[in-house]
Formats: sequence, structure tokens, C-alpha cells
Amino acid sequence: MDNKVAPIITALGLSKIVPSGDEMLAILQDIRLEVMPGEALAVVGASGSGKSTLLGLLAGLDVPSAGSVKLDGQDLFSLDEDGRARLRAQLLGFVFQSFQLLPALNAQENVMLPLELAGNAGAAELALAMLNRVGLGERLRHYPKHLSGGEQQRVALARAFVMQPKLLLADEPTGNLDAATGADVIDLMFELNAERGTTLVLVTHDEMLARRCTRQIRLAGGRVVGG
Amino acid sequence: MLPLSLRMLARDWRAGELRILALALVVAVASVTSVGFFSDRVRQALTQEAHQLLGADLLLHADHPWRREVREEIARRGLALAENVTFISMARRGDLAQLASVKAVSRGYPLRGKLRVAPMLNAPDADTDAVPAPGSVWVDERMAIALGAAVGETIELGKARLTVAAIVTLEPDRGVSFFNLAPRLMMHVDDIPATGLVQTGSRISYALLAAGESKAVAAFEAWAEPQLGRGESLQSLSNARPEIRASLDRAQKFIGLTAMLAVILAGVSVSLATRRYSLRHLDGYAVMRCFGATQSRLFALFAAEFGALGVIACALGCIAGYFAQFVIAGFVAGLMAVPLPQPSLLPALQGFAIGIVLLLGFALPPLLQLKDVPALRVIRREVGPPRQSALIAYAAGFAAIGALLIWQAGEMRLGLIVVGGFALAIVVFGTVAFGALALISRGAGAASLAWRHGLANLARRAKTNTVQIVALSLGLTAILLLTFTRGDLLDTWRSKLPADAPNRFIINIQPEQRAPLLGFFRDNGIALPAVYSMVRGRYVARNGAPIDAAQFDQRSRRMVEREFNLSSMEALPEHNRIVAGRQFNAEDRARGALSVEEGIAQSLGWKIGDRLSWQVAGQTFTAPIVSIRKLDWDSMRVNFFVIATPGLLANAPTSFITSFHLPAAQTAFTNRLSQRYPNVTVVDMSAILHQVQGMMEQVIRAVQFVFLFALGAGILVLYSALLATQDERMQEAAVMRALGATRAQVLASQRAEFIALGLIAGALAAAGSTAIGYAIAVFVFQFAYQVNTWIWIVGPALGLACVAINAIAGARSALRRPPILALREL
Repeated sequence: MDNKVAPIITALGLSKIVPSGDEMLAILQDIRLEVMPGEALAVVGASGSGKSTLLGLLAGLDVPSAGSVKLDGQDLFSLDEDGRARLRAQLLGFVFQSFQLLPALNAQENVMLPLELAGNAGAAELALAMLNRVGLGERLRHYPKHLSGGEQQRVALARAFVMQPKLLLADEPTGNLDAATGADVIDLMFELNAERGTTLVLVTHDEMLARRCTRQIRLAGGRVVGG
Repeated sequence: MLPLSLRMLARDWRAGELRILALALVVAVASVTSVGFFSDRVRQALTQEAHQLLGADLLLHADHPWRREVREEIARRGLALAENVTFISMARRGDLAQLASVKAVSRGYPLRGKLRVAPMLNAPDADTDAVPAPGSVWVDERMAIALGAAVGETIELGKARLTVAAIVTLEPDRGVSFFNLAPRLMMHVDDIPATGLVQTGSRISYALLAAGESKAVAAFEAWAEPQLGRGESLQSLSNARPEIRASLDRAQKFIGLTAMLAVILAGVSVSLATRRYSLRHLDGYAVMRCFGATQSRLFALFAAEFGALGVIACALGCIAGYFAQFVIAGFVAGLMAVPLPQPSLLPALQGFAIGIVLLLGFALPPLLQLKDVPALRVIRREVGPPRQSALIAYAAGFAAIGALLIWQAGEMRLGLIVVGGFALAIVVFGTVAFGALALISRGAGAASLAWRHGLANLARRAKTNTVQIVALSLGLTAILLLTFTRGDLLDTWRSKLPADAPNRFIINIQPEQRAPLLGFFRDNGIALPAVYSMVRGRYVARNGAPIDAAQFDQRSRRMVEREFNLSSMEALPEHNRIVAGRQFNAEDRARGALSVEEGIAQSLGWKIGDRLSWQVAGQTFTAPIVSIRKLDWDSMRVNFFVIATPGLLANAPTSFITSFHLPAAQTAFTNRLSQRYPNVTVVDMSAILHQVQGMMEQVIRAVQFVFLFALGAGILVLYSALLATQDERMQEAAVMRALGATRAQVLASQRAEFIALGLIAGALAAAGSTAIGYAIAVFVFQFAYQVNTWIWIVGPALGLACVAINAIAGARSALRRPPILALREL
């Protein structure tokens, strides 16, 4: 019962400080953040404001200098690296600015990969259905290098949603795309998000994209300066 | 998990990511197994042949008739039994007499190998299972000619009159020991009493031959060994045909060395290919970590993928090796008196083990590095795997491969030279390349923009470039070694047995005949040969302690029980190489000194400074060893185990020996020589010489075939070295194009870099192959090595060509399309 109202992400006092020459550089300072299920949160800010670092910490890809993150009630940093990986497998989907498709795998195999890693026996069928859903049913056997940027990002979306994640983390998903293609990809992402009731956290420069989210926070100098 | 690994393998294979790696493994395993299978068959064949040389699996010698219980034991154990009795006696026909080496044999002789006989002189011969029937004899060609005894004639031996029934042309167990060689007369053992020649005090050798299943033979040997009494000995393997063994040994060394080279080169390819593989998979790995795959699971997946690849590649390599060995064996089959037996499975296991260790040793370090890729790389590209020391990572691989190769080659010294040489080459090549890059880029100030950019790149990418130069140099070294140096080495080997190598020996020349004999040579227009004195002597004491034959092993015991052929000279012959000690000096000549052969010194435990006592014609002399010599047994020249300074043997009964080359057209010379000097014996070695020469050619062909493997591995190294930086170069070309550089500028900047890389790698390779060739020639095969100057032109030219082809191909694909496409693929 509690899960319905509890936040899916809770970050408390989150800081990341790294050495830079002789000094210590604070990339993130004392971030406090709650994201509720079904919400779509945009993290905006200038380059170097700490957006990607925050995303990395929320996904447990990096460890903070201080503070904690709870994902779906689980304290992320009380787990070791493998424990965090398992939690990611249960909860998270990713979309990256540079798509991050595996060049040796065709579109269908790229979508199958997370299912296969999870030991899902119906990987091929699920991937096929998902690629049909993103409009690439005709391009299953195409390799990333033979797909346009927009198509590659659709494959990446299919790969992220095929696992039915509770939480989708997107890092500048339109950063490598022209405006029209970017808009198409974003439309698709929000459609899928709505269909599956996924919580969305996306990092972006794109104000238009940010405005489509239910909530925004702005980072500057490693701190939340607006929401 | 395995199905997923296999799917990953299939996908990576389809994408062409693993082909070089697999090919390198196949080449390495095929090379090792083909050589292994071949050596295994040769080893088995040599053992069989050695039994033929005994005429049995086990030979028992005695200077008295064998006891009945020994014969009974042989029969009781189900072994075949035959016997022979040998002695020297005079055979006569009318007025003609000839000293004969008589061998009286029983039915069944020889138990291993076959006699060959001809129905008359100069008629074709054939195998036979028979022995001379009682009342008849078989004689060899020399005996038939000496007595003028054709088949059907009667000859006298002692009191017996025996009919010549056939000409014996080959005795498998006669060997090539030609000292004391008298023409053969073979008779039936039952006729011995009739000759009346066997009496107390006669010097007669009685032999029992046994053969059968190897277990039963071994069991009998174990039973017989402790029963041996005085004057009895047991021989299970023959050391006859030393010249063939020496050549085969050398061939196997050559072949083994080549296989090793192929394996190590393949290791370099595997390492380069895996390095490229892991670099290209860094992102994919990070993505999978994001999807929640744990480090250990991912590592297990990749390890299983590579493991499966390794097993498949090794299996293919074994199969390829099995078929390749037929080709090698085909080249040398003629050398063996017995057909080559089927190989055992051991070489396949060795090949498999080497393939897997190659994979573990050289692919694991880059893969382990992959394991440590942080998942954060998906959002922060600059985050890479933590750096590791390549030296530490590969040291284990090198050590394991080295150990396996030494195990496989069965030779420590050669293995260490090759493995150590390679490790040293990597360090030296790396250091020189790094230094050269720094020097060149510093000196580029005055060059044009494109050259400056290109040369500056050399230092900017110093590490990558050093790795590439080292890999290129290794590949080129192998290729130069296998083309230039190989030819030089083989030529040198061939020249050890020139067409005019001695093909006749003359023994038993009396002192007073020495000068007239040389005059006879001169009168007949034949080059004067070197004549050596020969004295029979018995080894009686070392450092004052009398020699007890029982303290030696069987082989050495036979040596000390027999008389040695000693020679005396002012200075050691030029074709003997002194490996320890010194040439005789004036003091040695005044006080008396000895020089001994390396092998016999080892067998009998002789060292420099040891004082050996010899008994010659009832007189004993003692002298110190001042040198140890290495002899070329396959040179067909007169060789002595022990050489003394002349003073020591001055009063000993001496005969002389010489060897010379008789041109084929002048065979009548030997007849004239025999007529003029009836007491000397001319031994025709031309058949053996032909055999050795033919063998050398056969072996050379086999060696050249195995070279192809190493050559293939060398080319793979080159290819993978060039591929290693291709992605980076394509990206750079695309970026330069995007920034507005013209095609000409892109090509020019890469040209500068490539010319430098190619020249440095080529020069290093020329130096490397020269050094390795020298080391192999001098330390392993004991040739004098001739430096080939061409290598210094061809090496750098080849380096330049390789890099240029790669540069053009890489830059072309980047230049052909719009930069955005080229960039997107990377």
C-alpha cells in the first residue's frame, strides 16, 4: 500500500566532490530530490552544471562523496556494485545521447540483449514486438551503422522499454538529433511512457523538451537553483 | 549462460570481430600439431628402425656360447629367437685368399628388418626371409670379386667346403661401422663345427636375438640384465647410423624452432586482436552494465565466448595439423627404412593445450581490463578502464607459452633462446621505437605543415605508435627471418656436405705405404687427401684410478670394453671445433697431451685436465686432456674420438686412414689402387653419402613447408598490427575533413607519420632477423653465419610498403564518403 504513495527516487544530501589539481572540485552539492511514480522530471542546466553526474548517481553508475539515494525504497549505496547492477536490471531503463547501440549487433539483437542478459526465453519475440511498436518492424536485420540517427534512437527506446522498467533515465536523448527527428523521438518516448506508466527522469538542454515534462529542476554550479 | 555466450560468439563472428583471433589460433595449433604429429611418427619410426639395426628388439652379445637357460627363458616368454656367431677367418678359392668377416646365422635371422640378396653379381636384389642353407654361403660383392667366386662356385672356409648360393646386398644390422670391415661371408650356424674354426681362444662373438611383444621383451630384459656375466652384454636400441640421426635431429630442431616461431607470432596476433576487440567493446560492455549485468556475470559471458572460440579454433587447428603432417611426412618418408607409423594422440593434446594457453595468456589481460570498465562510461565517454601494466599482464602468458613450447619441443636451450629472444626483442624494439619517435618529432620543426602535423602525431600517440612499431617489427622480423635468413641458413647447412664431399675411405695403410700411396694419387690426377695415423689403444685409467667397466651404463661400457682408434697430430684438424680448452701448443707437444670428442667426454665423464691412461701394444702412457672438440659426424671426413700429440704414439704400431672424393667417372682408380696395395681396404661410402645428401634435401623441403606456418603467422601479426590503429586513423581523417582539410592535406599528414613508422619498423626488423639468424646459426646449429646486406634494404622497404598499403586503404575509406558518415561509423 505504501508503494503507491512513496517516491520512486529519494535523494538526500547528495554530493560529488572530485580532486582537480591541488583543489577539490564540487560537481554536486547537497542535492535533495524526490520523484513520485508516474512523474516526468526534467533536469536542466548549462553544460558543466552537474546534470549528467546527477543522473549517473541516481542510476548507481557512480558513487557519491556524501548523501544517499533510494530507488523504490532500496538504499542504492548500501549495495555493492553487483547489487546495484541487479537493482538496475529490475528497475531501470536507459536512453543515451550517443544511442550506445552495439555495432556488431543488428537492431533486433540490440533490443534482445537486455532480455537475454536477464535470461528471458522469449527475447526474440518481445524484441520484434517492441521494434514494431517503434515503427522499425521492417529494419530488424539492419546494423546501427546502416540506420539514421533517429532510427538508432528508436532502437535505443525499444531496448529501454522492452524490459518494462519502472523508471526510465534519459541522458540528452535528442542531443545528437536534428530538431524534427528529435521531436519525433520525444513524441514516441512520451507515448511509451504514458502507455506503460513509467517514471521518467531526463537530462536535457532542450527547453521545449523540458516543458513537456510534469516537473523541472534546474542545476547551476552543482546545486538545485530552481524547480 | 552458455547459449547466450554462443549467440554472442556467432554475432561477433558475423561482425568480423574475431576472425584474426581465430585464424591466429588455428595457425598456431596447426603448426604445433603438424610438427608434433610428424616428430612423433619419426620418433616411433626411428625406434623401429633402431630395432632393424639390431635385427631384433633385444640383442644379447657374449664372447662365449650362451647358456641354455637364457635360450629357454626367451622361448618360455613367447619371444622369437634367432642367433648368430661372428668371427674373422680366411676364405679361399684356389690360390686366392681373402680375410672374411664370417656371420653364421640360424633360421629366422634377422628377427627385425630383412636381408636382401641377388641371384648373381650385378643382378637386381630382393628381400628374403631365408638364410643360407647348410652347406652353402652367401657372400657380399667384395668377397665375390676378391675370390672371383660367382654363384655356384665352391669356396673353402677352414675345413669346410661351401657353395656360393647368393650375393648378399643388405644386412639391416650391419651398420656403418667400417673399421675392421672385411668382406662378408654368411653361412648357416649348423655348418660351424664342420669348419673346425671354433676352438678355445678364438675371438668369436655369440649373439642371441629376441623379438616380440614390447611388454614381453621388457620383462625378459628385466630378467636378463642382472644375470649377465663377464663378457656378456645386452643391447635394446642401436646407436648406429649416427650421421642420419645427426641430420634428423638437426631437422627436427629446425622444424620445432619454426613451429615455436609460429606460436609466438600467433600470440602477438591474439593479443593485438583481443586488444582491438576489447577497445571496440568498451561501450557495449558499459551498456550491459547499465542493463544490470554484474561484473562477474559479464566476465563469465565473455570468457565463455572466448573459451568456445578457443575450443573450436584449437580443434580446427588440430585437424589442419593432422593433415599438414602428411605433407611433411611425405617429404621425409624416404629417409626411413620402415614406413612411418600412425601418430599418437599426444601431439594433438599438446597443440590443444598450446592453443588454449595462448588464448588465456594473451587474450585474458585485455578481457580482464574490459571487466573493469565502469558503467559510467555510457554517459561520460572519457571514463575508460583503469590502466594496467602490459608487462605484468603478459608476463604470465609469456611464461606459460614458453614452458609449453619447451615441453613440446623437448629442448630447453632452443626454447629458451626463442622465447627469451622474443621477450628481449619486444623490450628492445619498444625502447628503440619510443626513442626514435621522440627524436623524429622533435626534429620536425623545419618541415611543411602537413609533415609537421604528421610527425607531431608520432610523439602525441607515442604509446600507440610504439605498440604498432613493435608489432610491425615482429611481423616483419619473422618474414625476413623466414625468407632471407632461412635461405642463408639452409645454404650454409647444405654447403656442409658439398658435392665433392669424401665418398671413399682407405684404411689399413701401412707406414711405409704412406708416401707411395700419395704418389699414386698424384700420378692418377686425384687431389691428395689428408692422411691420419691410427693406433688401437685400450682405455685403462683415469687420474690414476683403473677403469672398471661395470661402473658405466651399457652404452659407455661397450665403449670402454672395445679398443679405441687413437690418432696423433701436431695440431687438431680444422674441421674439428674446440669447445673447451686449447689447440695443442709447444709445451703439450713436448710433454704429451690429449684432445677428446665432446660426446664421449660426456659419456665417460672426462674433463679438461683429467689424466687418461692408455694401453697400446702392451705399453701404457698417460697424458692430460687439454681440449674438448665437437665433430661434424655428417661431414664424411675422418674423425677421431681421441687425438694425442705425436710423441705419445711415436713407438706404437700405426696404420693410416684417409678419406677422399672419387669422381664418379674414375671408379677404376680404386681397382688399380687395390691391385697395387692389396693389404689396404677401400670402403665405398658413396651410397651412404648419397643417402645423407638426399636426406638433407628431403629435410630441407619439409622444413620449408613448416616455414609456411610461421610465415602465415607473421603476416597475421602484420595485419593485426595495422588493423589495431585503423579505427583511430579513419576517425582522424574524418575529423580533419570535417574541419576543412583537403584530401591532399589528410593524405600528406598521414604519409609523414606512416613513412616514419614503416622505416623504423623495417630497420628494427632487419636488425632483429640478423641477430636471431646469427644466434640460431652460431649457438644452435654451429654454423658460421654470413650477414646478408640486402636485408637492410628489403626490411625498411617492406615496412614502408605494408604501412603505405594500410594507410592508403584506411584513408581512402575515410575520404571516399562524406565525413559525417565516416564519423558515425566510429
